Amino acid sequence: APLTDTVPPQVVPGADPSARQLCFAWGPAEVLVCETLFGRAGGFRSRCLAGAGAAARALTGSVAGTGDGAPSSSRVFVVRRDQDIYIQTLRKLFNESHGIFMGLQRSEEELAGKSRKAQLVQVSKNYRSVIRACMEDMHQAAISTRDPALQGQYSTQVSILSAMELIWNLCEILFVEAATAGPLLLRLLDWVRLHVCDVDSMVREVLSSESPSKHKLFWNVVDVFVLQGRMDEARHLLSKEASANPTSMNMYKILDDLMKKMPVPSLGNTQTLTELELKWQHWHEECQRYLHDGTFASSPHMESICKILVGDEDAILEKKELMTTWYHFLVTRLLYSHPTVKPMELRFYAQSSMDLFLGGQSSPEPLDMILMAAFEFEMHQVIKECSIVLSNWWFVAHLTDLLDHCKLLQSHNLYFGSNMREFLLLEYASGLFSHHSLWQLGVDYFDHCPEYGRVYLELHIERIPLSTEQKALKVLRICEQRQMHEQVRSICKIMAMKALRNNRLGSALSWSIRAKDAAFATLISDRFLKDYCERGCFSDLDLIDNLGPSMLLSDRLTFLGKYREFHRLYGEKRFPEAARLLLTLMTAHIAPCSFWMTLLTDALPLLEQKEVIFSAEQTYELMRCLEDLTAGNPDKKKFQDDDVETTKVEMLRLALARNLARVIVKEGTVEGS
Amino acid sequence: QDNRISIWSAGDLGNAGLNGEYHGEPHLLCDIQHNGDVMDMQFLDQERIVVASSTGTVTVFRHHQNNQTLSADHRWEKAHYHVDQDTSCGGAACTGVVCNNPEIVTVGEDGRINLFRADQKDAVRTIDNADSSTLHAVTFLRTTEILTVNSIGQLKIWDLRQQRNEPSQIFSLAGDRVPLHCVDRHPNQQHIVATGGQDGMLSIWDIRQGTMPVSLLNAHEAEMWEVHFHPSDPDHLFTCSEDGSLWHWDTSTNVSEKPSFLHQGGRSTAYLSHSTINQSVVSAWLSNDPTKDRMEITNLIPNQTLSVNSLDVLGPCLVYGTDAEAIYVNRQLFA
Repeated sequence: APLTDTVPPQVVPGADPSARQLCFAWGPAEVLVCETLFGRAGGFRSRCLAGAGAAARALTGSVAGTGDGAPSSSRVFVVRRDQDIYIQTLRKLFNESHGIFMGLQRSEEELAGKSRKAQLVQVSKNYRSVIRACMEDMHQAAISTRDPALQGQYSTQVSILSAMELIWNLCEILFVEAATAGPLLLRLLDWVRLHVCDVDSMVREVLSSESPSKHKLFWNVVDVFVLQGRMDEARHLLSKEASANPTSMNMYKILDDLMKKMPVPSLGNTQTLTELELKWQHWHEECQRYLHDGTFASSPHMESICKILVGDEDAILEKKELMTTWYHFLVTRLLYSHPTVKPMELRFYAQSSMDLFLGGQSSPEPLDMILMAAFEFEMHQVIKECSIVLSNWWFVAHLTDLLDHCKLLQSHNLYFGSNMREFLLLEYASGLFSHHSLWQLGVDYFDHCPEYGRVYLELHIERIPLSTEQKALKVLRICEQRQMHEQVRSICKIMAMKALRNNRLGSALSWSIRAKDAAFATLISDRFLKDYCERGCFSDLDLIDNLGPSMLLSDRLTFLGKYREFHRLYGEKRFPEAARLLLTLMTAHIAPCSFWMTLLTDALPLLEQKEVIFSAEQTYELMRCLEDLTAGNPDKKKFQDDDVETTKVEMLRLALARNLARVIVKEGTVEGS
Repeated sequence: QDNRISIWSAGDLGNAGLNGEYHGEPHLLCDIQHNGDVMDMQFLDQERIVVASSTGTVTVFRHHQNNQTLSADHRWEKAHYHVDQDTSCGGAACTGVVCNNPEIVTVGEDGRINLFRADQKDAVRTIDNADSSTLHAVTFLRTTEILTVNSIGQLKIWDLRQQRNEPSQIFSLAGDRVPLHCVDRHPNQQHIVATGGQDGMLSIWDIRQGTMPVSLLNAHEAEMWEVHFHPSDPDHLFTCSEDGSLWHWDTSTNVSEKPSFLHQGGRSTAYLSHSTINQSVVSAWLSNDPTKDRMEITNLIPNQTLSVNSLDVLGPCLVYGTDAEAIYVNRQLFA
């Protein structure tokens, strides 16, 4: 059986707990195990190294970091789960089920009673059809691959998916739909017919042969139909036998009649349970009479069929090979001994069926235990067993979520403070986050975990590798939609820094604007100004000229924009405006002090113009600025030793003085004359 | 990571179902491994496809229709890269590609514009540092002019005949410099350009006049990834977004004047009619005022969840892909 095969011993190769004490630390997608300096007094079995909860994962260990040459060298192991999420064909399962999950979370809670139940049943059916579609794909992959290892892996996956669908289907019947006595049996019959398919090939073989009644497996097929309650098909086959064998015509007619008259529960409200029981009692007695009268004595096959009809357990058990599983046996038993079985009575029949069927020869497997728990209506047990046996959280997370929506799970708090549904969803979504693209699905799952979802999301989202800008944009959008401002700032800073290092100043600015990061904008502006000082011209004019309102993000940026404007005005020979701007830059303290010298030097050509540009007021302002600049650094060696600087200052003083002289004369002169 | 370029057959056009969507699932014809994320791709001609990669490489694939295989015809490695400095941080993705056989223009995160010719080993022309920010998309304005959009909200026209490495014109949004992610030009009226921004806003520009958009339409709630005019019926525009929706913008007015989309070929039939119809078609995008009831906007996705990253439209067919790893084909767009 597939589910037992996937429980390997959980050993980290190379780690020897009998020699050293081991310690471990959890990471987002892996566990770090390392050897400590301490020896081990007694040994312990190395089985316990898997994480809490789910087991059945093949652990791969790799040694990271070597020892330091001392006799007892320490090693660190990186233990990573072989994730099912990397199986290509399962991606469809994850993506489609995400869509169904979201639909369920958003569905109308106001619908009550029957319509709500119908809606939930539909959701359950959708999940199952996705599992089946995946099974089909996996099956195709298994057939078409030539690599035997891969083929084995795919085949295993197919059986696992098939088992999952079996369990889910049963849970749908018992929990979601909560079928009542009557329809319950019909649903269980459908369930068996759908899932016990080992006999399908035999059935096909017989039906397609030229004269089926002569086929050696003919009676087997008839038995199969009877065991599965497929009366019409059984009767159809029997009629072939009857026409081929006229001597048994009498027996055939009676048997056919019995089979035709068999009362079965109906889905509509055409009869009540009591009516059905009465009818069934009558029919049952009639069958028994025929049996006791020895009507079918001459045909052992027909007699055994009649015995099945009266619900003779031994007769049914004889056909073990055709039923293949104990739950088929259970349903057949119920069909022929208690068709009006109530849901709560199932557990007794289930337990005895399993015991009778296995007969002490084989012990129940995990799948059997899960189904048994379901028949006993122990939902938590079902979920717990599935968690242990399956290799990823997909199944239990989605099933539990559905059951929670059916209001079937009492929220008993787990050790971690959240309830079971949330715990499972968190585990599942965390697993998704270690995948390079399925993490997007994980976000939505976290959103629907009210207690810890947000915290988990905050921790995980910062660790997604941002290989392209587009990926960063997607992550940012997710953070912004959830008001995760810390993460927005952090991601934008990372991207801006990368851009800056690659000399993409425009990109860097774009990221700072998105994060409204004034400090970084200042950094970028300083970079531009530095470039200007070194080269004497601006780089990336297309950016600086078109800053727009983003200029206001940081003072330095504003200065950069205005400074560039000054240069433009100067280039367009609009000197008075340029002069005014230049002055404002200094007096309004928009310019950083370090830049004042440059600005004053820029003022020189304006002072030297033929036409007087600066007014007296303005000239006084300029002089004051110059004095502020030079007075503020009396002991700065730079000013005294640096000849260029002192020359500049002197030239400025001279130019300012000359300008002052001219402007006083000009302003003193009467205008207009 | 296993990224692949795949060719699918979307089934017979002759089979009309109840609604064009689910009839005959698309099935995979062939595929080939691709290095890096596929950022953009376009058909160069009937057989060749140009693909832009997140590694900065541009590849030309050839689809052999006789035996249904794909092969890599030609590759320009490092078409986009960051200048090697001591602290060069990672590669630069090629973000957009546009073809006009045999010319191919690509743009990337490095702010570089490349002009390639199919089958020529080296780039015909490269404009380094064309932009100080990331160039997100490119499209042809005329055969010798291209339009680019960047992450500081600028739309630039480049004249490839000129040797100088400056754009011939720069347009920008008023207000905040929201990054622009996609651009498309009206198929018939070459002065009408549509762009989509990071805030989901659709902007229509008339590049004959002004430096600012003619209209700004509040569309999506998140980045608009692609915008496309319908090639034969340009009264229809399609946009898709990170918020998971795909909008169909319909400015065709009343039925009698509506040019039938079944007419193939570039010219809209409206030009044949008298001036009033001409007037309404010409100004449909430029003077639109949604309150005047001349524009119908429909969201084509009923249950939106994850981002719609890309779309394309041709005739009655619409195809789009989502982050839920699904491709949708709608073959009865105007039914």
